[in-house]
Formats: sequence, C-alpha cells, structure tokens
Amino acid sequence: MKRVLVYYAHPAHRFSRVNKALLDMAKDQTNVTVIDLYEEYPRFRIDIDKEQDRLRNHDVILFQFPIYWYSSPSLIKEFLDLTLEHGFAYGAPDAALTNKIMGLAVSTAGTESDYSETGYQTYPLRTFLTPFEQTARLCNMTFLAPYAYFGAHAEQDGFLNEHVQSYGRFISALRDETLDIDAACALDLMNATNLPVKG
Amino acid sequence: MTDFLMLSFLFLAAGVIAVPVASRLGLGSVLGYLLAGIAISPLLSALHVDVVSIQHFAEFGVVMMLFLVGLELEPKMLWQMRSKLLGLGGLQVGVTIVAIMAIAMMFGQTWRVGLAIGMVLALSSTAIVLQTLNEKGLMKSDGGQASFSVLLFQDIAVIPMLAILPLMALPELVELASHTTNDHAGAGDHGTDIDLMGNLPAWLQGIVTLGAVGLVISAGALLTRPMFNFVASAGLRELFTATALMMVVGIALLMTLVGLSPALGTFIAGVVLANSEYRHELESDIDPFKGLLLGVFFITVGAGVNFPLLFENLWSVVAMTLGLIALKTTVLIVLSKIFGVNAGDKWLFSLGLAQAGEFGFVLLSFTVANHVIPKAIADQLLLVVALSMLLTPALFILYDRVISPRYLRGGEQEPDEITEKGKIIIAGHGRFGGIINRLLSWSGHKTVVLDYSSSQLEMLRAFNVKAFYGDASRPDLLHAAGIDDAEMLIVAIDDKQKATEMVHYVHHNYPHIKIIARAVDRQHVYELYAAGCREIIRETFDSSVRAARTALEMLGTRKFDAELIVQDFIERDRHIIREMAPHYDPDIPIHKNQALVEKTKELMKAQESELLGKASANTTTSRAWDFSKRTKPESDD
Ligand SMILES: Cc1cc2nc3c(=O)[nH]c(=O)nc-3n(C[C@H](O)[C@H](O)[C@H](O)COP(=O)(O)O)c2cc1C
Repeated sequence: MKRVLVYYAHPAHRFSRVNKALLDMAKDQTNVTVIDLYEEYPRFRIDIDKEQDRLRNHDVILFQFPIYWYSSPSLIKEFLDLTLEHGFAYGAPDAALTNKIMGLAVSTAGTESDYSETGYQTYPLRTFLTPFEQTARLCNMTFLAPYAYFGAHAEQDGFLNEHVQSYGRFISALRDETLDIDAACALDLMNATNLPVKG
Repeated sequence: MTDFLMLSFLFLAAGVIAVPVASRLGLGSVLGYLLAGIAISPLLSALHVDVVSIQHFAEFGVVMMLFLVGLELEPKMLWQMRSKLLGLGGLQVGVTIVAIMAIAMMFGQTWRVGLAIGMVLALSSTAIVLQTLNEKGLMKSDGGQASFSVLLFQDIAVIPMLAILPLMALPELVELASHTTNDHAGAGDHGTDIDLMGNLPAWLQGIVTLGAVGLVISAGALLTRPMFNFVASAGLRELFTATALMMVVGIALLMTLVGLSPALGTFIAGVVLANSEYRHELESDIDPFKGLLLGVFFITVGAGVNFPLLFENLWSVVAMTLGLIALKTTVLIVLSKIFGVNAGDKWLFSLGLAQAGEFGFVLLSFTVANHVIPKAIADQLLLVVALSMLLTPALFILYDRVISPRYLRGGEQEPDEITEKGKIIIAGHGRFGGIINRLLSWSGHKTVVLDYSSSQLEMLRAFNVKAFYGDASRPDLLHAAGIDDAEMLIVAIDDKQKATEMVHYVHHNYPHIKIIARAVDRQHVYELYAAGCREIIRETFDSSVRAARTALEMLGTRKFDAELIVQDFIERDRHIIREMAPHYDPDIPIHKNQALVEKTKELMKAQESELLGKASANTTTSRAWDFSKRTKPESDD
C-alpha cells in the first residue's frame, strides 16, 4: 500500500462545482490524506517544517486545483516555493522526495480542442503544466500524466459525475498500487476513459 | 422612614448634581462632593441631622477602599515596598509630628498638647488622595506608589496613637470634667464598642491581637474558595455581593473587637485575596459601596464645616491651614529627595499628602473625650482639618495646571539621564508599547523606551531593555532621549490628550521624524491626524477584527473567505476614516463642522448597506472568481 497525499487548492471553493465534487470524492477514500491548503493557510503562512514532514511521510503527492491563468492558484506556487527547499527536495544525494510520485488533477474552462495548436489556447494543456513536470523531475520524482477535466463550465451530460467517480478509482488505485504507473506516465492526459488500472 | 428617605435623597441629589459639574470643570469628584456638602449643610442643620455620626458611618468607605487597595497588591509587591513603607511613611509621620509639636509649643502649648496636635495633623486623607490618584490613573506612578506607602503607614500608625493619647490626659481638664457633667462621653468611639480586651492581661491581649490577624489571613486564604463555591450553588448574583460585604464587615468587626484598625484588617485580607480567582468578583462587588460611602463621607466633611466659627476666626484658621500645608509639603519634599522619588512625581506626592485627614477627625474627638486637647482648640483644629481637606483638590489642580508644567520646563533635570540614544523612540511601555518594543527589538532594532512607571522600567532593565523614566510627553525628556537625531517616534502612551500634544509637538518641531501613534478611538484618530500624524493605529481595532474573523470561521465560513471579508472590511473602514479625517477640525465641535457632517452623510449611505448586511455578497477580491455573476457562462479566458 502506498501513502497518498492530496493537496487541494481552490481560493474560490465557495463557487466551485467541479473541484468541490472531486474534493469530496478524495475525502471519501480511506487511508488517504487530504489537505485543503487555502483552509490550512488562509494567510499564506506555510508551515514549512510540517509540510516537509508530510511530504516525507507519503509516497504519492497529488496536487488538485483549477487552472487559473494557465497555471495553479497562487497558494500552490507559494507552497512549492517555500517547501521544496534546497537540501530537502533537491541538491542532495538523499533528497527526501526521491522516487516518490507526483500527480496533478486539474480543471479548465477551455475545452480539449481549445488546448491544441490550432485551438483557441494555442498550446496543448501539457505545455502549460511543464513547470510542474520539470519540478517533479528535478526532485527525482515520477510525474504522472495529469488527470484533467475540460470545459468545466459547460453542461456535459453526466460526464462530470463520471469524471468524479473515476477520480475515486484513480486515488484508490494509487493507494493500492493497482495503477499501472508506467502506462500513466506514458499517457498525455488521464481521464475517466483511459485510466490505466491493472486487473 | 421619611427622615431616612429625605436624608438619602438629599445626599444623593447633592452628589448627583455637584459631581458631574465638578468633573466637567476639571475639579475631580472629591471637590464635587465637598462642595455638595457645603451646599446642603444649611438644610442638614435645619433638619437637625447628626452629621458627625453619619460621617462615622461613612468612614466605612475608607475601610472598603483599603480592602480594594489590598486586592490590587500582591504580597510580593507589598514586601518590595517595605523600605518605602517604613522609611518614607515612618519619617513622614515622625518628622511632621515633631515639627508641629515644636510650633505648637512656640505658641505656648504644653508638650502634651503639642504632641497630640502633631498626631492629629500628621495624618493625611487616605480617602481623598487614593480616590484622586485612582481617578487620574496615577496609582501606579512613582508618586502614586510613594503616596500609597505613606498613607498605609499612617493607617497603621493610628493604632499606637489611639493607645498613647489617653496616657497624656491633662490633669486640669480631667479635673474640670469631673465637676461638670461630661458631655463628651463616648465621643471618641463609634457607637457602642464592645471591649473584649479590657480585662485581659497585656500578654494575652498581644496573643489575641496576633491571633485575630492570623485568623484573617488563614481564613482569607483557606475559606474564601469553599465559601464562594457554596454561595455560587444558590445561583443568585446578589448573594455574591452579600458575601463580599459580609466578609469586609466581618473583618472590620473582628479588628475593632481586638482594638486594631479595621482599615488595616481589611487591607490585609485584601492582600491575602489578591491572588485568588475571586479577586475581580470581590472588586466589582465592593466597589460601588465604597464609592457611595466615600461620597457620603466627603459630603459630611463639606457639611461639617462650622461656618460661624470659621468666620469668627477666619484669619487664624486660614493661616493655620496654609501653614500646615506648607509644613507638610516641606517635610514631604525633603523626604522625597532622600528616597529618590522621581522629579515630576515629587510635587504630586508632596502636595497630595499635605492635608490632614479623616483620621484627624477621629483622633480629635478622641483627644477631647480623653481630656488631652481643650475643646476650644479642638474645635478650631477641626476647621483646620476640614479646610485642608477642602483645599486638597485645589492643590491637585495647582499641581496639574501650574506647578507641573512650569517645573517641568525650567526645572531640575531629575528624570533619568538618557545615555543611550536610539533611532526609534517608543513613548509608553504598557501593553501596547511593550509589544511594539519586543517586536522591534526582536527584529534587531535599537529602541529607547520612555515610561513613567518605574516598576515597569526596573523589570525592563532586568531584561536589558534601554528604558528611561519620565513623562514622555515632556519636550525636555524627548530631547534627552535623542529626538533630534531619531528616525522614528512611536507614541504608545494611553493618555489621549498627551499623545495628541506629543504628536503635534514633534511633527512641528521635527518634521522629518516618522511618527506612528496609538489612537484610543475614532475621534482620537482625527485629532492625531489634525496634529500631523499619518500612521495612526487604533489600539483595539486589529484585535476586534481578528475576533470577528474567528467568529466567521467558527460559523463555518472558509478561513480564506473570512480572511478576504476581513481585509475588505478593514479597507472600507480605513477608507471612511481617511475620508473624514481631513475635515476634522479640533477647534470646531464635530456636530457643528459642516464639511464633516456632509462627508458623514455621504459615507453613511455606503455604511448603511453594510450595516443591513447588503454589502455586496462578494468580497472585492473574489469578484474575479464568481462565475455566477457573468452573463455568459462560457469560458472567456
Ligand atoms: C482567475 C481565473 C483564471 C482562470 N484562468 C483560466 C485559464 O487560464 N484557462 C482556463 O481554461 N480556465 C481558466 N479559468 C477557469 C477555471 O479553470 C474554471 O473556472 C475552473 O476550473 C472550474 O472549476 P471549479 O468548478 O472547481 O471552480 C480561470 C478562472 C479564474 C477564476
């Protein structure tokens, strides 16, 4: 069994539809730690030691957030800036995050086709997420294909529900080591239709 | 019954009218009561009211006051005061008695009469002085502490005086008394005293006395909690009050029975209870009674002035009174030099204690009853005592308005020599300034702290803080603290007016200095703004806002949302103040200030919706996040 840690960050949780449902699903999983960052650090005063301990004590680190201006909400950035200290996360042979898994669960208003070279957003979503990907690499972590939900404001015939249910399967598979990690790394993005769960 | 109602009404009405008037005129409540007493004295004599016996009853207010003083004083502090108590107090009483005795003998009195007069006049008025110091918030200052030491010693000294006086009876007076019917019988004691001790041998009396004090201490320490727990089980608020009163009255009774001063006894009980969890309960229960009784007491002093006798001997009484005040002041000034009472407070201390006191009345009637002082002299002395008490508020005013400012400007340089100059001067090191100082020092800044409470400062110095004694609002002290080359002044004193004056002074004389000022309330913000300060911090605003934020959180608002709401609120509130402040004019009362009234009306509209909870449901920041407000639900970014 792997120890899964979900960091949730949504400054406007009160208005959230997609991420709220995803969060509730994450919380329903047993033996999974879920941290609501904006609730934990409303004044952005990250407790660095505590968070580093948390990271040390888990094997899979998942960041869940809505895409804001082609990136994460600011508290995630603050969190990474402060917590991934030199010597702790990188720059030392025994860096604490080595061989851990990093995953993202994100939502966007733009549609999947918007996020393509011919689309309205010009670049595929992965391009916008490369800072996270390279952060994981620098810390010697395995970076999974992001679990993404597009068109968050549109009505999609129950697809949201499907996405939420599959989020639960995603997390529990990580916990139970039934997710095919190699396959998950090889994918471009993950969603309800292509989740590589073994068996 | 009607008599009682009539009398109560008379006293209450006199106080209710006179005290606010006196306070408004800046004269203090004590003078108000005294004047009320003078005003109703013709009525009282027309009604044949026995003012003296009311006064004896009202003296119980003094007993209560000492109980309250004791409550504020932990045993440790009392122990720290011991040298002042014995040294300063002892010398004041001793030297004053000898000096008055010498003068009396120069005027042809025998040494016995002289000594008795000395005792009567050496004591000061605990009631007036403590009440006034409390009212002015000066109890904790150096002068306040010194005054308190002396007063406490005097209260204790009354006991041996009462023991010695009967031994000095004049043979001629005793003779005379035995011929005429003794109409002073019992004048010295308050009502019918039961004398438990009369028949006991001296050593046994000693044991009983010590036992009584021991009883008060141990009962106070051991019985208070179970007793209050027991009373609390009834769940009636007034029972607490009754219990508190019962305690005080009981202790006073016990002390009287064994021949000790009730004031001393309740004081000791107060000290014993100073650390107890019921301290505040006791304080708030007893306080109104103390206030009322002292009020009655002061009224009776005013009413007791025998005007016909006064006018007959006007010049001699006035001369004696002024002489007495001058003499006592001189003694006190000399002593305060010896004991190093700080410069500014020396005069407060010396003028404050220059009157004769309520114990003077007690001792006078006692001396007459015991044939120590002839009645004719005693009657005049009674006037001197009353007049000197009547003049005390005037002396405080003299100190406040004339002596203190003049003395401070010219005067001897007795506040601490300030050796360390800092870039940051913090004026006032109470709860507010203390935190500022801690934080700035912690982040590596050099500060200079000014405060007028020397006990505070001693503690600070123990922690290696550069702290200096003195009234920070005084230009010379600011100068000594290095205001000329300071970078910043933080005004953290709690006296509104002084804070404003200080800001005004520094802003106009040292315009380059950054000033941060503590404001007590909104109006004070405007005053400080008008005085030239732009960094004004309301002393309780931030903590109130934080409390509200916690409330929101506990009501289920997300912490980050609560934070945004609070930030918004703060910004709105600051905005209002910023808009209003420039229109404030210290010379125009707020309601007559047209510009301010207009501005208020304008801002009221915004505020109104705020009060009605109609402020936009969104915080300003989260406006960007609420998609429900958008016309088109599609993504647009
Ligand atoms: C400030 C802000 C910036 C946003 N930037 C983007 C963006 O760059 N690309 C995008 O596709 N959606 C963007 N969105 C839309 C959010 O990603 C979308 O509202 C969110 O994923 C919906 O999830 P929720 O229901 O959990 O709030 C932005 C929204 C906000 C409020």
